[in-house]
Amino acid sequence: MTAAFDQPTITDAARRLRAGELSATELTRAALARAAARAADLHAFITVAEEAALRDAAASDARLRAGKPAGALEGIPIAIKDVIATAGIRTTAGSRILADFVPPYDATVTARLRAAGAVIVGKTNCDEFAMGSSNENSAFGPARNPWDVTRVPGGSSGGSAVAVAASLALGSLGTDTGGSIRLPASYCGVVGMKPTYGRVSRYGVIAYASSLDQVGPFARDVTDCALLLGVLAGHDARDSTSVERAVPDYGDALAGGAKGLRIAIPGEYFVEGMEPDVERAVQSAVETLGGLGAQIGSVSLPHTEYAVSAYYVVATAEASSNLARYDGVRYGSRVDGDGTLLEMYRRTRAAGFGDEVKRRIMLGTYALSAGYYDAYYLKAQRVRTLILNDFARVFQDADVIVTPTAPTTAFRLGEKVADPLQMYLSDIFTISVNLAGLPAISLPCGIDAAGLPIGLQIIGPPFGEELVLRAARAYEAATDWHTRRPPAPGGSR
Amino acid sequence: MSAGDRFEPVIGLEVHAELLTASKIFCGCSASFGAPPNQHTCPVCLGMPGVLPVLNRRVVEFAIRAGLAIRCAIAPRSRWARKNYFYPDLAKGYQISQYELPICVGGHLDIVVDGVAKRVRLTRIHMEEDTGKNIHDAHGSESLVDFNRCGVPLLEIVSEPDLASPAEAGAYLRTLRTLVRYLEICDGNMEEGSFRCDANVSVRARGTTALGVKVEVKNMNSFRAVEKAIAYEIARHARVLEEGGTIVQETRLWDADREETRPMRSKESAHDYRYFPDPDLPPLVVSEALVAEVRRAMPELPDARRTRFVAALKLPEYDAEVLTSRRDLADYFEAVVAAHPNAKAVSNWVMGDVLRLLKERKLDDALTITDWPVAAAHLGELIALIDEGAISGKIAKTVFEEMGTSGGTPRAIVAARGLTQVSDEGPIVAAIDQVLAAHPDKVAEFRAGKDKLLGFFVGQVMKATAGKANPPLVNRLLTEKLRGE
Repeated sequence: MTAAFDQPTITDAARRLRAGELSATELTRAALARAAARAADLHAFITVAEEAALRDAAASDARLRAGKPAGALEGIPIAIKDVIATAGIRTTAGSRILADFVPPYDATVTARLRAAGAVIVGKTNCDEFAMGSSNENSAFGPARNPWDVTRVPGGSSGGSAVAVAASLALGSLGTDTGGSIRLPASYCGVVGMKPTYGRVSRYGVIAYASSLDQVGPFARDVTDCALLLGVLAGHDARDSTSVERAVPDYGDALAGGAKGLRIAIPGEYFVEGMEPDVERAVQSAVETLGGLGAQIGSVSLPHTEYAVSAYYVVATAEASSNLARYDGVRYGSRVDGDGTLLEMYRRTRAAGFGDEVKRRIMLGTYALSAGYYDAYYLKAQRVRTLILNDFARVFQDADVIVTPTAPTTAFRLGEKVADPLQMYLSDIFTISVNLAGLPAISLPCGIDAAGLPIGLQIIGPPFGEELVLRAARAYEAATDWHTRRPPAPGGSR
Repeated sequence: MSAGDRFEPVIGLEVHAELLTASKIFCGCSASFGAPPNQHTCPVCLGMPGVLPVLNRRVVEFAIRAGLAIRCAIAPRSRWARKNYFYPDLAKGYQISQYELPICVGGHLDIVVDGVAKRVRLTRIHMEEDTGKNIHDAHGSESLVDFNRCGVPLLEIVSEPDLASPAEAGAYLRTLRTLVRYLEICDGNMEEGSFRCDANVSVRARGTTALGVKVEVKNMNSFRAVEKAIAYEIARHARVLEEGGTIVQETRLWDADREETRPMRSKESAHDYRYFPDPDLPPLVVSEALVAEVRRAMPELPDARRTRFVAALKLPEYDAEVLTSRRDLADYFEAVVAAHPNAKAVSNWVMGDVLRLLKERKLDDALTITDWPVAAAHLGELIALIDEGAISGKIAKTVFEEMGTSGGTPRAIVAARGLTQVSDEGPIVAAIDQVLAAHPDKVAEFRAGKDKLLGFFVGQVMKATAGKANPPLVNRLLTEKLRGE
């Protein structure tokens, strides 16, 4: 049975479900079995919602048999990052402080998946409160890279990338604040997309940095990615930062081809210290796109070097405020002390939060403090404007920007834990995109000498998801990197 | 020269007015008061993980209404900010407020103290969410939190330090409360905490302009408490400075039982709130069209109404002042005048018997005249009966009391109890003859020039007719008889 849909894409599976060649229950059981088999070595899930998933799958089968599928994802097993609220399913944000938190509400994206007929198989592992680049900051232990289980899957949405790469689900949701979808997509050899800020609702998405957070899909290929984005995107009255703007048919955007696309290559994204295999793969991808008829031009994004600094001020400032609600009063874990309020706060938060979360709360609190606000927070916001202007200038003459997703491929577990600054530099190519609120995708464009996937990042102008998907699909159609699969269980390199 | 003469107080007030919107400022929960604990809550106002605020448009309209009435500039673009601090009644660990760019800037309120008018400048008005309430268990060490109030919309109305005495502060607060009630944006109830006031108080040597060190005084839950607390602080500052001491900038709490202020623990007042723009809410854009829409729907304000009462209804200034001091009272007055257009007579009844009845029934704070014991139409009818000569003013008082108890119409009460005034000469002349016959000595005295006795005879005749005789007729007939005509 498993062999028949060993590695199906959503598009394949949806067709076969509708044709009655396959049932949602079979598909879901296969995904759950695989998740169970790989739980120990990959640790992609924090919570597997087996019972609920099988119930949803049975309901999907009933609708499919009646010829009335709910939507584009009817019967498709999907995994959801554990920072996204799922009514009745534990939602931990990868943190001890929410280890037993079961939300009574769905995030809007969860509700949209359900409305489209998706079967939610579980909640994926991630860095605590989405703060991290390796998934090692999860309070439940790290997820591991299926291409080499001694390596990190990338973060913070590591489990969501692993779930798709190892076929534990056919698609998944992540969140991307500074690269948290694109980096793990790159490290795990799958497609991951961060939409324009405001394109997808943040309601019910546990906030890390509200002005940067955005939900997006992971998928096997660009076609599936477009399908998922179409389900997620759209205005939500419950998120005042979501934008009232019609959602195009992203599937239609895929067929455009590369011919005539104006592609900009920023010099600042090819830096010293980047892995030679990565640079070669990306240069080769650019040549491929050129060969398909795209116009390639060199550009400059001169404020790129300030992006990481600005990000760690803005993101941590917002986080210091966003995480204040975890105080042990209304929900989540609480540690009582000597009976005073202050001691309860101290102990609850000391025990509930991990080191990286504490580090960022302290950084952000400092940046917002009286006397430092202008020098840090306001200055960072001004840098943000400069970065936005850099992109706006480039997009006057270009349709998309192409860069590497990350300077290296997946690193080893523990390699950067002791050096937060080195860890922060993993996001050097993805952070600017969040500061500017732009859409960007990461898709596979090669395998390095160690046998690890390399990611290509394609960045679009605001609400330019169609251009990004069109360029990505054109490249994917001309190459076979997206068909490469990680080795069988137990493999390492 | 006493300390009070050498020092001049400088006072500014910060008022928090809870708005009368149906729902909370950032979620759909009811904003009403008095429900069982935590009934009016949802994931948004409880600050659950991942939830987001959505602005209630009515709150913006109410803020604009206040801003227009106080003649503020309405900012076309204002911003939401987070005020960060930890407290159990603050669900999110921050309060969504406005900081650098409030919705209303400037403006002024005119007050009158001892007949002297004064203009008090406003600094700003901004919108924010209220907190919940901590409830401390009287027996154990437990504290409970009720989040019903968490997210109820507030306006913070900040004055310039233009007030120079406790009486001015009291007059400012009362004027502001009248205004917010007129605007129907706040019920102005200080005891229930829907209208709260903090005072910034300092003193300086008379004739100097530099401001002294200020102290913030909190925890005053009546107009009297505000006046007393400010007076206490002024005296304390003057005494400290007289003795060569210095005033510490701090927050102090008013203790209503001991009638003194005490410093709050410095730990509690030394907050760095780390304000920053709330990334969950876009800047608030207020269009000219919205301002115009709110302006069109503005009720008539107290000043304009007072002027109209004097000019159009020919009421004395004093009557107009009293009647417009509350919007519901003025509305009631106008409804009675609509039923019976004798404005001065209506004014006398409303200011006298109606206010007395309200006070007796403890309905002083009722917001609408529909809750009042005597319907406006009924009072109009009662005054009409007097003016028609159907009953005397004295009988009318009796009828009014019964209207207040039974709710019946005056005509029905008069008919049922046979209180119709006697205007036929026959029975009155008979009564006069009887009274004169019973008091021959008094008649003789009168006729000898003791005119004052007329009142005595009138009283006796009214008594003999059970109060129903028409008094002017009694007067005329008595005079005729006594003069021997």
